Amino acid sequence: MKIHEYQAKEVLKKYGVPVQDGIAIKDISEFDDAITELQRRGISQFVVKSQIHAGGRGKGKLYNPNNKEELVLEGGVKFTTDVLKAKEYAVKMLGNLLVTHQTGSEGKIVKTLFITEGLDYKKELYLGILLDRAVSKNVIMASTEGGVEIEKVAEETPEKIIKEWIDPSAGLHAYQARKLAFGLGLEGAAFKNFIPFILKLYKAYEETDSSMLEINPLIITNDDLILALDAKMNFDDNALYRHPEIVEYRDLDEEDPLEIEASKYNLNYIKLDGNVGCMVNGAGLAMATMDIIKLAGGEPANFLDVGGGANKETVANGFKIILSDPNVKAILINIFGGIVRCDRVAQGVIDAVKEMAVQVPVVVRLEGTNAVEAKELLENSGLNFEVALSLQDAAQKVTSVLTYETFA
Amino acid sequence: MSILLDKKTKVVVQGITGGEGSFHTGQMIEYGTNVVAGVTPGKGGQKFENTNVPIFNTVADAIKATKAEATAIFVPPAFAADAILEAANAGIKLIVCITEGIPTKDMITVYNLVKGKDVKLVGPNCPGVISPGKAKIGIMPGFIHKQGRVGVVSRSGTLTYEAVKQLSDLGIGQSTCVGIGGDPIIGSRFIDVIKLLNDDPGTEGIVMIGEIGGSAEEEAAEFIKKNVKKPVVGFIAGRTAPPGRRMGHAGAIISGGKGTASEKMAAMKKAGIHVVESPAKIGITMKKALDKMKTKAAKPVRIGKKVKPVKK
Repeated sequence: MKIHEYQAKEVLKKYGVPVQDGIAIKDISEFDDAITELQRRGISQFVVKSQIHAGGRGKGKLYNPNNKEELVLEGGVKFTTDVLKAKEYAVKMLGNLLVTHQTGSEGKIVKTLFITEGLDYKKELYLGILLDRAVSKNVIMASTEGGVEIEKVAEETPEKIIKEWIDPSAGLHAYQARKLAFGLGLEGAAFKNFIPFILKLYKAYEETDSSMLEINPLIITNDDLILALDAKMNFDDNALYRHPEIVEYRDLDEEDPLEIEASKYNLNYIKLDGNVGCMVNGAGLAMATMDIIKLAGGEPANFLDVGGGANKETVANGFKIILSDPNVKAILINIFGGIVRCDRVAQGVIDAVKEMAVQVPVVVRLEGTNAVEAKELLENSGLNFEVALSLQDAAQKVTSVLTYETFA
Repeated sequence: MSILLDKKTKVVVQGITGGEGSFHTGQMIEYGTNVVAGVTPGKGGQKFENTNVPIFNTVADAIKATKAEATAIFVPPAFAADAILEAANAGIKLIVCITEGIPTKDMITVYNLVKGKDVKLVGPNCPGVISPGKAKIGIMPGFIHKQGRVGVVSRSGTLTYEAVKQLSDLGIGQSTCVGIGGDPIIGSRFIDVIKLLNDDPGTEGIVMIGEIGGSAEEEAAEFIKKNVKKPVVGFIAGRTAPPGRRMGHAGAIISGGKGTASEKMAAMKKAGIHVVESPAKIGITMKKALDKMKTKAAKPVRIGKKVKPVKK
């Protein structure tokens, strides 16, 4: 699960991690109060920050959502000392479409702003904590190259990234924190301030079951304070059950409505841009089925894993979700039943297609116990199924259906 | 021959009284697996359904009474990492963890505690291990398998069944099939299983099914290039998957431009693996590779001296 910058900073604050101060607003009517409060705290320069679940906000562009040609503002993060200017930025960001290199051309509507203090600093650094799958341990990555994309640093100057792996039983030790500080070339007060910073940051990562924590940039202020200017946190979905306070941060506006709908039915659905919908049991087979669609000359419209127990209900819900996408021109159902009886799944498919008056061609491939009986059921249903007996056969039937659709 | 598991292997089932655990224990017994015990804390002293399989409170008790060597874990995700540790500390030699959805933090801790011990962990979030015709520990449908000489190793469940079915339909049996699991932290990786299959005289060829995310396929390809003479057929699922999204499996995610299918396929091709673009061609490609190997082996042996040109 992803959360916004302002929420991540709220989490970090609880762990005593120094962060750039600010107030989140969802409506322009809250702007004046936010500024007054920040001024009361002695703040005189401001940054207006768009809050969306994607990186590259600073270099992004804001467009009118009703007319994507109309550029409203360059930059989704703006610094100013002028309160009126800050308000102007806020007006131009809220409700508009922010397009960054991570959002794709469709962009994301800005629904929340984080109005923060503007800080002067002498250096930008990078800090990231994540799982290193190669060694099955968490790793802290630090770099003197802050404020730029870490992937780029890793590509071009990998020697500028220093890493420290954490033994899960021992946790992060002070000597490791010192190693990182020395590696970053810190000295004096900045060095002293960095040690507690990283120890607290790691504690926050560990205790919240975070799966990724990135501070980019981490800044050294003019008076040598170490502070998180930005913060990005992702969480392990498998561990959310023990963090109700984190689940509260879920922002449904950031998710695809169809994906939200699917999650209500316990279906694992991801919307894609293609024209062939697919319904599969098992994540690996679902990905392989998407690949087959592509090889057959189509483009997958979705990833959909209906899970182990494919039954009438899951199949019907799957159809509902797939058909809500108007781009879908054909559907491929690929269920490897195994222990599940295929004739029962087939009956579920037939009932669902009848009930929902499915119009697009449906290629069905059922494998496992009673696969032959299932094929007979489908063929005798009076409905227009393309029944495939193998994966290869299914691929060919998708191709022929698509060719027919194109010429029909 | 087979690896990890055969007819004699004494198996305990942790979580034997749960819905999944009890159903699949029945299936395992039916397939021929030597299930000697079950473990459910608080239900020690009972018997499993209508069988004589005794249930114990702890794995240690089960080992003491039955000499169990392997375990199948069907414990719910919140307690599964603990169950793995319990089994490892009690002296189990093969742990197969079927449970899906274990928090990564729990697995990091348990993985690193178990790592140094004399125990093999398969999974979590996997279909398990089957040595066709002998025994299975897991949830895979037994009937699609056929006893034989090709080893299968895969990160997926149903996609593995797909590959196995293709092999069986072509008359190619399997020595052992191992589902290593779809999580970012798993006990056995491709390389671990491939080493075992490579050393197994009963295995003639290897099918390896990977997916996007991580770098375990690349690691295995490097090993295969140096050490494996048996034909290897490979497939990577997720060529069409978008970056940054978790495709069902927690481990199947392209992050920071790394872990893409094309990267993995390139590394595997470089290692001499027969990489198939279509998952429908896994079986037929293995058949061709095996046939080619046999014709090579059947070539008449030259008698007398042959001077080899010296290459510099």
